[in-house]
Amino acid sequence: MSPILEIKNLNKIYKSGFKALDDINLEIQEGEIFAILGPNGAGKTTLISSICGIGNPSSGTISVSGFDYVENYREVRRMIGLVPQELTTDMFEKVVDTVNFSRGLFGLQPNKLYIEKILEDLSLSDKRNNQIKSLSGGMKRRVMIAKALAHEPKILFLDEPTAGVDVKLRESMWDSVAQLRKNGVTIILTTHYIEEAEKMADRIGIINKGKIILVEETKTLMKKLGKKELIFSFVEKINSMPESLAAFNLRRDGDDFIYSYDEQSRNGLNSLIKAINDLGISFKDIETKQTSLEDIFVQLVE
Amino acid sequence: MNFQAIKSIYNFEMARMWRTITQSLASPVISTCLYFIVFGSTIGSKISEVDGVSYAAYIVPGLIMLSVLTQSISNASFGIYFPRFSGTIYEVLSAPISYIEILFGYVGAAASKSFILGTVIFITARLFVDFNVEYPLLMILFFILTCITFSLIGFVIGIFAESFEQLQIFPSLVITPLTFLGGSFYSINMLPEFWQKVSLLNPVIYLVNGFRWSFYGKSDLSPSVSGIMISVFLIISLLAIRWIFKTGYRLKA
Ligand SMILES: Nc1ncnc2c1ncn2[C@@H]1O[C@H](COP(=O)(O)OP(=O)(O)OP(=O)(O)O)[C@@H](O)[C@H]1O
Ligand SMILES: [Mg+2]
Repeated sequence: MSPILEIKNLNKIYKSGFKALDDINLEIQEGEIFAILGPNGAGKTTLISSICGIGNPSSGTISVSGFDYVENYREVRRMIGLVPQELTTDMFEKVVDTVNFSRGLFGLQPNKLYIEKILEDLSLSDKRNNQIKSLSGGMKRRVMIAKALAHEPKILFLDEPTAGVDVKLRESMWDSVAQLRKNGVTIILTTHYIEEAEKMADRIGIINKGKIILVEETKTLMKKLGKKELIFSFVEKINSMPESLAAFNLRRDGDDFIYSYDEQSRNGLNSLIKAINDLGISFKDIETKQTSLEDIFVQLVE
Repeated sequence: MNFQAIKSIYNFEMARMWRTITQSLASPVISTCLYFIVFGSTIGSKISEVDGVSYAAYIVPGLIMLSVLTQSISNASFGIYFPRFSGTIYEVLSAPISYIEILFGYVGAAASKSFILGTVIFITARLFVDFNVEYPLLMILFFILTCITFSLIGFVIGIFAESFEQLQIFPSLVITPLTFLGGSFYSINMLPEFWQKVSLLNPVIYLVNGFRWSFYGKSDLSPSVSGIMISVFLIISLLAIRWIFKTGYRLKA
């Protein structure tokens, strides 16, 4: 299947001389949720701005459904919706007016039903006639999402959509994202909440200092790099490591013993437990821990 | 052409005008009334006629110009500067529209506001003094060209400005003095010869006189020179805008 978004050799050097994007190559498949992760200043927003026509890349090509982003900019932009990182909305307009404005700006005829549906989905219906300045930050963020969806885009960019949004709202926003994906919208998002990327994204791209350093399916990434730890607490204090357990490389943390393993070396688990049983030691507690994407991320970036 | 987009920008900008109707219309109208009271009645009682027109009627075209020139620039520069300042410009940049369409939307709205404003001032003035317009069609044409040209200039300023102060500088420090010195309230023939020559360097003088000619069929300068001058301004602003758009200057990072 040919990708819906294809970026080739994209570079961006700001007027200050700063190289914010360094030879980016990326393909996004239709219908997927792709998360871009990276530390502050990595170039996530610069990348998204380049694709959406807000910044001018210095070199490279971008195509959307086979359309070139310069030559066929109208086709390309019609397919793209953007929710920028900064909360930048009009202030004095009414919610419904500003959403209608967005639709018109993208060249579409008004569609009351569709707009009402968006407002409904984003729980903005009861605020439809409020001035935007009278809304809370999280509501403004949702207005921006509504604006980005007003022209029925095929690809939606969400630049840190959940920054400054409370937990409950964040969850409802992810529900909306899941719903959009069901409707066939391709979603590209950046977030600093790594659990979110882990939970939502089909694939993850990690960007650092303007370079994409890794693109991987979320599952594979977790499998490849995710380590698991099994933490044993025993009823009786164990002073010296029993000989039969030496081969397992247990790490001691106070009175606890920690066994690390990854997906490949699962088999050791059974023999370890058997060995402990054979010694007649009883457990107080067993806990498993999985390396989070955050740990992986820190590992990669450093 | 993405007409829907032009219409959206245009309507958005016009909605802003209706929302701020007091600033947009009331204040220029009130200051025009003040000019009439101050200049028309006080000075008018000393100067009875200029070029065979009563003084109060004589200053009407200049007064309309004064408001229209400054308001065209203010409106158009604010219209494009504000989204740059607030960041909402991102949406316009990400939309499937060309620079020409952006221009039509913003400048069209600013010029329309100026046109409405000029018409309101015209009607207000008519309540104070009696006057007839000799060449109504030419007057309207000249008026529309002025609205468009100065809205274009305002648009350029709004693209280059880096602060709200800079937006104010041009209309208040350049256009207003030039309009006052541009024969809005007097005929340059009243000046000493040297100052008459200096006045000819002031571009606004051609606009005021051309406009006045369309009212009363008389002016200090030939109407064709005025017509040429307004066309030159229009062409210069269009060229400046073409250059700005070609280089993507200041709109994109
Ligand atoms: N207009 C600009 N001029 C010069 N440098 C810029 C400009 N915008 C961004 N940069 C620089 O480019 C780099 C990437 O910025 P960008 O906003 O893309 O980072 P980001 O990954 O989105 O970070 P964050 O997670 O903080 O949002 C930063 O070092 C930033 O200072
Ligand atoms: Mg960013």
